[in-house]
Amino acid sequence: MIKLFVSLLVVALSFSYFSQGSFSGNVESTFQYLNADSVIGANQPPEKALLNSYMNVFYTNGNFRAGMRAESYLPRIQGYPDRFDGTGIGMRYVGYGNDFVDVTLGSIYEQFGTGLALRSYEDRALGYDNVLDGIRLIVRPYKGVTLKSVYGYQRLTFREGRVERSDGIVRAIDAEVHLNESFPKMKEFPLDVVLGGSFVSKYQRDDNPDLVLPENVGAYGGRTKLRYKNLYFDVEYIQKEQDPSADNLYNYNWGHACVFNFTYTKKGLGILFSGKSVDNMSFRSDRTKDLQDVFVNYLPSLNKTHTYNLVSTLYPYATQPLGEVAYQVDVLYTFKKGTKLGGKTGLTLSANVSTTYEPIRHTTGFAGNLDRVNYKTVPFDKSDSLYWRDINFNITKKINKQFNFIVSYFNININNDVAKISNDASGIIASHIGVLEMAYKINTKNSIRAEFQGLFLRRKEDGSINDKGDWATVLLEYTISPNYFFSFMNQYNFGNPSTEKRVHYPIITCGYIREATRFTVSYGRQRAGLFCVGGVCRFVPANNGLTLSFTQSF
Amino acid sequence: MKKVSLVIAFGLFIFSSFSQTTDNHAPAVKKVPSVKLKDMNGKSVNTADLFDGPVVFSFWATWCSPCKKELNTIHELYETWQEETGVTLVAVSIDDEKTKSAVSVYVNGKSWDFEVWMDTNGDFKRAMGVNNVPHTFLVDKEGNIVYSHNNYAPGDEEKLYQEIKKLTGK
Repeated sequence: MIKLFVSLLVVALSFSYFSQGSFSGNVESTFQYLNADSVIGANQPPEKALLNSYMNVFYTNGNFRAGMRAESYLPRIQGYPDRFDGTGIGMRYVGYGNDFVDVTLGSIYEQFGTGLALRSYEDRALGYDNVLDGIRLIVRPYKGVTLKSVYGYQRLTFREGRVERSDGIVRAIDAEVHLNESFPKMKEFPLDVVLGGSFVSKYQRDDNPDLVLPENVGAYGGRTKLRYKNLYFDVEYIQKEQDPSADNLYNYNWGHACVFNFTYTKKGLGILFSGKSVDNMSFRSDRTKDLQDVFVNYLPSLNKTHTYNLVSTLYPYATQPLGEVAYQVDVLYTFKKGTKLGGKTGLTLSANVSTTYEPIRHTTGFAGNLDRVNYKTVPFDKSDSLYWRDINFNITKKINKQFNFIVSYFNININNDVAKISNDASGIIASHIGVLEMAYKINTKNSIRAEFQGLFLRRKEDGSINDKGDWATVLLEYTISPNYFFSFMNQYNFGNPSTEKRVHYPIITCGYIREATRFTVSYGRQRAGLFCVGGVCRFVPANNGLTLSFTQSF
Repeated sequence: MKKVSLVIAFGLFIFSSFSQTTDNHAPAVKKVPSVKLKDMNGKSVNTADLFDGPVVFSFWATWCSPCKKELNTIHELYETWQEETGVTLVAVSIDDEKTKSAVSVYVNGKSWDFEVWMDTNGDFKRAMGVNNVPHTFLVDKEGNIVYSHNNYAPGDEEKLYQEIKKLTGK
């Protein structure tokens, strides 16, 4: 505690000395008071009340910068990693940067390319934080050239107010060249070219009595981004050396990850086609860890991030780091004002399809191998075994200045045997979801909005219901600009195969916002489910009670 | 004992530095921090670089429906706003690798005329103290943040526009 106090003082001291610089930061605090609710399976924690808080403070003065985050779990709210407890410093750094060099010591968030080789980032809503603690040096030796190096230990957890680091160390370098900036002759060239490459290595001691484990494991590859008029293409390919781990059952295969995106856009139209191939690409700085712990790299799932309650939280999908082949197409088109379909105000149509399959693993000739190399894969060589498919479209239409609506349809298939989402289902869970959203602006300050959502499951071949059956959600929201909002939401599991589980989950939320300050109060039931941000998910148990939250930016 | 004296020493330091601050009458102004990002077309930008007139930074994501409502509403008013106040709107996308490629699809599909910056790893978001999106900042032409609002409800754009007009004296 004294240590914390002293370090807080040091930071405060250094900040106040440089009173000419600029401060910024934010704070968020969430309090829960929970009731036991046997109907939905919500438990009351022994403390009854839970409190999560953090505050970031950043300081910049010319080329100098410093920052820190204090975190506090007294104890942690439901769904947060269960080993977070206490109050302390979760992140702190000092740095200096000009146009030529940029150096940071302390906590470092960094991403190389698309993140397939290295990405340290945080998502406070999920409690996800794999920040690197060490040093980063960025050098820009020449126009359009960026060289980066990072050296450090990843954050594993936050216990008794202290960050605990991962067992293995991460060392990484990256280079990127924007040719059109570097070569004056290419400045006016219509084709814009960026080339890059990275090398990431982790070291962890071999303490396994049975196997000879590689202690230094590298992952490396290259990328390019090309732009020509309305066309854009990027691709990154990373391969990983032998990295036996708990994830891959200590096999000695190499791994790879590859992502490409192709887009064509013009005024009123956008088209995206993406593909991804992943095999044996769980790359952690501690080979024994699981779940979302100490990933050095980031493997985004290739699908749209949905926002409607029933679509986003019942059947979300996260990348299978052990292997998958995925494709996505996304299209958005706006019918202009004055056209037949556009009418007086225009009309927007969007469609999105994403699929993910198991890759083919060629095992012939590998059986009984003593070197523990178990199979061979070819990038983008997919099998017919479906992991995920999402076909969705929506129409956004503004009728007049007061009234607009959005109609959406989603057809989601998820393989519960692979991407485990429910204990009550097996095989593919197939769902149809329809959503109607309407908004009406009463006057300049007052508006109402309503959402009607229905989720219908396809029956299994024997006629039984896979998972928890059909759901309906109603949401009503009233806002008074710029300060207040009130909302009521009810989720109803009307199709549950067992009648006593056909439960309502009503919740009321009110908020007060003044500039960068925001208070919200909510009371009601929340369904158990996966809460996902950016393809990373955590399980949140069912709860019933009061939640107060406060956020402030400064 | 050593610890106690250490704490006291720091306390004194703090005290002296605070009194210094009040002597100088130089309260810290919140300036836009300098972060190097790419815009939607891959061009490098420095977030602290100044614009000719006032700037609105609107943090958004393709998966955030209130953000899209706010920006679509401003899109319809943008021409008038620009003519009357010379304001520039910068839509800062916090989409990460998962949804980043959908940004240009949405922006062009909706024919937005805003500057669009890509804050893929959340560096600018963190530096600006953004808790959640939408979060909108109004910045004067010296780079000082003069107003911010963390939400969007229909009608909020009117309040924002009043603040812009106040800033430009119109």
